[in-house]
Amino acid sequence: MPKRIVLAVGTRKGCFLLEADEGRRDWQVRGPFCDGWPIYHAVIDPDTGTVYASAASEWHGAGVWRSGDLGESWEMSSEGLQYPEGELKLSKVSGLSVAHGKVRVGAESAGVFESGDGGATWSLVSTLDDQPGRDSWNDPSKQPPGHLGMTAILPHVDDPDRYMIIVQGYGIFETGDGGGSWEPCNTGLRAEWPLEDERVGYCVHKLVRSPADATRFFQQNHCGMHRSDDGGHTWTEVTDGLPTDFGFVAAAHPHDRDSFYVIPLDPGHGRTVPDGAAAVWRTSDAGSTWRRLSSGLPQQDAHIGVLREGLAIDSLDDPGLYFGTSTGQVFASADAGDTWSEIASYLPGISSVEVAVLDG
Amino acid sequence: MAELHLPPTLPSFYNDLPRTVDVEASTVNEAIDRLDERWPGLRDRLCEPGPALRRHIAVYVDREQARLDTALGPGSRVDVIAAISGG
Repeated sequence: MPKRIVLAVGTRKGCFLLEADEGRRDWQVRGPFCDGWPIYHAVIDPDTGTVYASAASEWHGAGVWRSGDLGESWEMSSEGLQYPEGELKLSKVSGLSVAHGKVRVGAESAGVFESGDGGATWSLVSTLDDQPGRDSWNDPSKQPPGHLGMTAILPHVDDPDRYMIIVQGYGIFETGDGGGSWEPCNTGLRAEWPLEDERVGYCVHKLVRSPADATRFFQQNHCGMHRSDDGGHTWTEVTDGLPTDFGFVAAAHPHDRDSFYVIPLDPGHGRTVPDGAAAVWRTSDAGSTWRRLSSGLPQQDAHIGVLREGLAIDSLDDPGLYFGTSTGQVFASADAGDTWSEIASYLPGISSVEVAVLDG
Repeated sequence: MAELHLPPTLPSFYNDLPRTVDVEASTVNEAIDRLDERWPGLRDRLCEPGPALRRHIAVYVDREQARLDTALGPGSRVDVIAAISGG
């Protein structure tokens, strides 16, 4: 059966969908969707094709948009996306995941919400109240500008009650009982600031698991690239060979447990690619060595940034990679990153790129 | 009956939501309740828990800035404004 490759691109001004056939050469761009609301993360359920987009409007609050017909029609719900009266206020929702019949989303203030009815209604699962760092991570005086709170949710491959989350600036936590209890998973990570508690205080930007080996994880951290061989519980730094230790994105090769991709950025205020020359870096030996991939990418005066959900990889035999920039370009590779082309040039600033391979 | 004027930023997914709506209500809060009954979820777009108006939503009753508990009279004009914002 022929396949459709669909990218969901979240931007500062709505969600866009880009579509191509398996050749991944000619792309059709549709959008903006979601009434132009700022989108923090847009994902596609690979089983149903439903698109979900987490959004927060300065005027009208936070919600999750959904489309069951690849963008032809949309609905939005914030029903249940609310904290009980008291300490916490929900300002936005960001990291989405779809797995095992549940849609989950991370919120700011930090908490995880889930929906069992395809995004129509939501309920609060946890704010990790007994975890180290919880007393301070919702304190505005300790948060960066543009604080996202709980930035990502990574479902387990088989177990619907087991998943990991990232609390911005504090690290990874895992639950094995659907959010009832949690454990920090940050052993071996590095911080360039004093830690009050060695278990937390790590700035994890992006966490990925190898589809080829469920025990093999990588993460791009504020302080270096790291690998885990035990399901994301302990970490070893593998930054050597990269031009900087900073970046936001990471992607795992769908078939090779040793291959991962990153886009290193200058760690200073600008947080753009070094020297204005765009490049994706690939390791094929689990982080021992890294190779710069730039064929087809701009190499002069290209001061582009890529945010934490801005890099995606598809599941085809020769996997396609896709990244979106904070200045609105989308670049694609149909040969595992060896060569690249620009497939959209003038979108609003991009916060996320996700890909799905759909039948027909 | 008060006459509510709504901002263009209220999303298109509220089927048949017009820019101007007549409602029977004695306060701004009640008027928003009437809207939410006809277009479920609309209260969330204008108010935070508390309840309070969202930070960047302003309401004027007969040209005077209002709060949720501001009283409405017969024939009051209620303007709901999404605050001017940069690009």
